[in-house]
Amino acid sequence: MESATVALGGHAHEDHHHGPPEANQSSRIDRQTLGILLFIVSEVMLFGAFFASYFFLRVVVHPPTWPPHPYELPVAVAGVNTAILVSSSFTIHYALESIRRGNRNGLKLGLVLTWLLGATFLFIQLNEYVHLGFSARDLAFGSIFYALTGLHGAHVFVGLVLLSIASIRAFRGHFGPKAEDHLGVEVPGIYWHFVDVMWLIVFVTVYIL
Amino acid sequence: MHNPLRSEADAFRWVVVIGVGSVSVIALTLLTRPVIGVVWMAALIGFGAGVAYRGARGSLPRTVELTRGGDGKHRVLVVANETVGGEVLLDEIRRRCQGRRCEILVVTPALPTSRASHWASDVDEAMELARQRMELSLIAIGELGLKARGEVGDADPNVAMEDALRVFPADEIVISTHPPSRSRWLEHGVVDRAREQIELPIAHVVVDLTVERAV
Repeated sequence: MESATVALGGHAHEDHHHGPPEANQSSRIDRQTLGILLFIVSEVMLFGAFFASYFFLRVVVHPPTWPPHPYELPVAVAGVNTAILVSSSFTIHYALESIRRGNRNGLKLGLVLTWLLGATFLFIQLNEYVHLGFSARDLAFGSIFYALTGLHGAHVFVGLVLLSIASIRAFRGHFGPKAEDHLGVEVPGIYWHFVDVMWLIVFVTVYIL
Repeated sequence: MHNPLRSEADAFRWVVVIGVGSVSVIALTLLTRPVIGVVWMAALIGFGAGVAYRGARGSLPRTVELTRGGDGKHRVLVVANETVGGEVLLDEIRRRCQGRRCEILVVTPALPTSRASHWASDVDEAMELARQRMELSLIAIGELGLKARGEVGDADPNVAMEDALRVFPADEIVISTHPPSRSRWLEHGVVDRAREQIELPIAHVVVDLTVERAV
């Protein structure tokens, strides 16, 4: 927010400063959070491109059956995996609520649980790949299936790396109840929720519809 | 505009809402046909986008946290843009500060020239224009013998007021607008919303610049 002052005599005085202008106060959002939000916006576009390909193959090419015969998707396993990933959103939220209240043990517990749930999701997905019976080379269906779920899996992996860093820092005594003191958990938390939401959309689109 | 996603807690709420929506899509698809699930999913996405847009506009009433000075000074927050140098407004400020130790903060919202400029964050010109108006009004207020300072605020006047009140413990607010036939602020209910959200005396001053220029 720019500012200026006038003294009693009526002479204007403007506060000049060098460099980029100060952030408008109305944004009231720290740079780290704004950064992850802008990153997520770009990620949404990336996923959008993959979904566009998926719907092109499914709607425009329009094969007689979907998935094409004889392929089948393990909906039940993916459903359980979805529940695991969604529950990890609750644990990361618990971690952040804990540190907001100054509960460091809750923070550590929440982070570790989130990491474990994320790792379990990734393990089950890799296990699913092994037992699917088709590869990315099998028809366009195989390509887009592995591309979409693989893209998401890569994001889960990145999320796990971020959670690992946050967990290590938590066990080393970092982070505090004030908002600016736990950005290192807040930012990965937002990213993790984004990963969860994307999976919900991938699951519903690829496995259910 | 407000960012509807400012923290992890906001993101978590979205996860819960999208999760519930996904369950309803799954249930509908399994109970009926996939095409119905697709239609329902599209409807939910449209509804969600609408809710996010409404939230981003900040149209829901929110309570503004006020700070109090308590040092005997009477603080007046003046919110105006094109009418900031109007004689009627200056008279109102002079009247309110008569016989008081008065401190004035003039906030001029930086109004983007178009919707496209707003979305592209192309606000440099708008901020410069608002700053120029604000400085001229500060000089005019200074000539009344009053102490004033100014800030360029958010494009949304209500958000600009909210921002200002976080750093300026105002005792009252003066909002200056064009006459009702030409005022976009009045059209958008800026004064009504301020009265709804802020528990401070709010005076509305109408400045008709065409009349003032003609005189």
